[in-house]
Amino acid sequence: MRAFTYERASSVEAAAKAAASNSQARFIAGGTNLLDLMKLEIETPTHLIDINGLGVDKIEGTQEGGVRIGALVRNTDLAAHETIRRDYGLLSRALLAGASGQLRNKATTAGNLLQRTRCPYFYDTNQPCNKRQQGSGCSAIGGFTRQHAVVGTSDACIATHPSDMAVAMRALDAVVETVKADGSRRSVPIEDFHRLPGDTPHIETVLEAGEVVTAVTLPPPVGGKQIYRKVRDRASYAFALVSVGAVIQSDGTGQVAVGGIAHKPWRIATAEAELPRGAKSTADALLADARPTEQNRFKIDLVRRTLGAVLTEARG
Amino acid sequence: MSKMHIKLTVNGKPVELLAEPRELLIHVLREELSITGPHIGCETTHCGACTIDMDGRSIKSCTVFAAQANGANVTTIEGLGTPDGLHVLQTMFKEHHGLQCGFCTPGMITRAYRLLQENPDPTEEEVRFGMSGNLCRCTGYQNIVKAILAAAAELNAVKEAAQ
Repeated sequence: MRAFTYERASSVEAAAKAAASNSQARFIAGGTNLLDLMKLEIETPTHLIDINGLGVDKIEGTQEGGVRIGALVRNTDLAAHETIRRDYGLLSRALLAGASGQLRNKATTAGNLLQRTRCPYFYDTNQPCNKRQQGSGCSAIGGFTRQHAVVGTSDACIATHPSDMAVAMRALDAVVETVKADGSRRSVPIEDFHRLPGDTPHIETVLEAGEVVTAVTLPPPVGGKQIYRKVRDRASYAFALVSVGAVIQSDGTGQVAVGGIAHKPWRIATAEAELPRGAKSTADALLADARPTEQNRFKIDLVRRTLGAVLTEARG
Repeated sequence: MSKMHIKLTVNGKPVELLAEPRELLIHVLREELSITGPHIGCETTHCGACTIDMDGRSIKSCTVFAAQANGANVTTIEGLGTPDGLHVLQTMFKEHHGLQCGFCTPGMITRAYRLLQENPDPTEEEVRFGMSGNLCRCTGYQNIVKAILAAAAELNAVKEAAQ
């Protein structure tokens, strides 16, 4: 691993300022993704700003009746939290579907949203990758693409977002709260937080230089049957081929986001309107603009079937 | 790169050392402190052979910089049992053939130790889920699961007898 300097930030504002003044700096919290990227020299920061001491690690109610989840709340604690289990079961289930106990003990709420793709070409520094090195080309296109995205892709990148938690957050209308380097605050709906790859797959979120995620908030509980169904090659040590996070109400309406098929959790309003009519028409609308490869065309059927299974479970 | 002064408690003993920011906790444990129970299998957060207990939680020590462990309380397999006084988990792994080559075993047992603290009476499914961050390429897991369930039963029997 390349050498770097290390500091422990004492406040959110100080962390934001320190990161904004040094383009080679990175924040480190749980480190479950960043450390491995640094070992492989995919990330080569010259300075790390440890933000574990910032204190944004509480789960509390909001004035609106929702919940505010501190950026540093560990995945283990979030999944086990009484309010989350009771009112946002989808989130708890999605968290437990990902990684392992050891990783969830370290991984944070904000870090989970910010984790990088597991595209094997992104990890292979001998191959071109537009996400790793802007403009170098995409090795996945024309390569092995069974795991890759089928919607929202571009000619520059067909990588997927790997997070289970983010799929639940998307279905539950989460909002990401941040502090910028100038001290100003903003709230970004999760819909707008992650970007599609376009011509700039190396830019994955709307965060600006130095901007610190401080919390993720959820609106008041929406009830319904909350289901997270992850389809993968093995029951552990595998990312989703397809995952469906859904809140289904007794009248058949609901909220649904899909993982494993795009550069961000995939949720489409027109598809959601089809939910009462069943999985086929919902999946058709979700995947209307799909551009699968020969190797990942199966994901189209898999989305429809997984969604069908989820809707059946919701009715049961 | 200047070294950082790090204080931590390992298996009950306070230690102080100097480490570069880029040094992983697993390297410091093994190379600076000669605590070689936690193994390096993959060094990329996958295999779980480097699993230790840090501040009451299982973690993979290849996924933490030593600098981040400043002030932490660390337990490794060396802190769980001794050759003359095996931990119940070690006895049960031996009895139920929960190991073959033994490479993954320190991580397995250290993880199982915390799992049984968190859930003293797990079902087989809960054991499998709780151990899903540790890879074993010999056993096929069957006997590891048996050993952990047997250790849980033994620990619970001892607890009941004491009440």
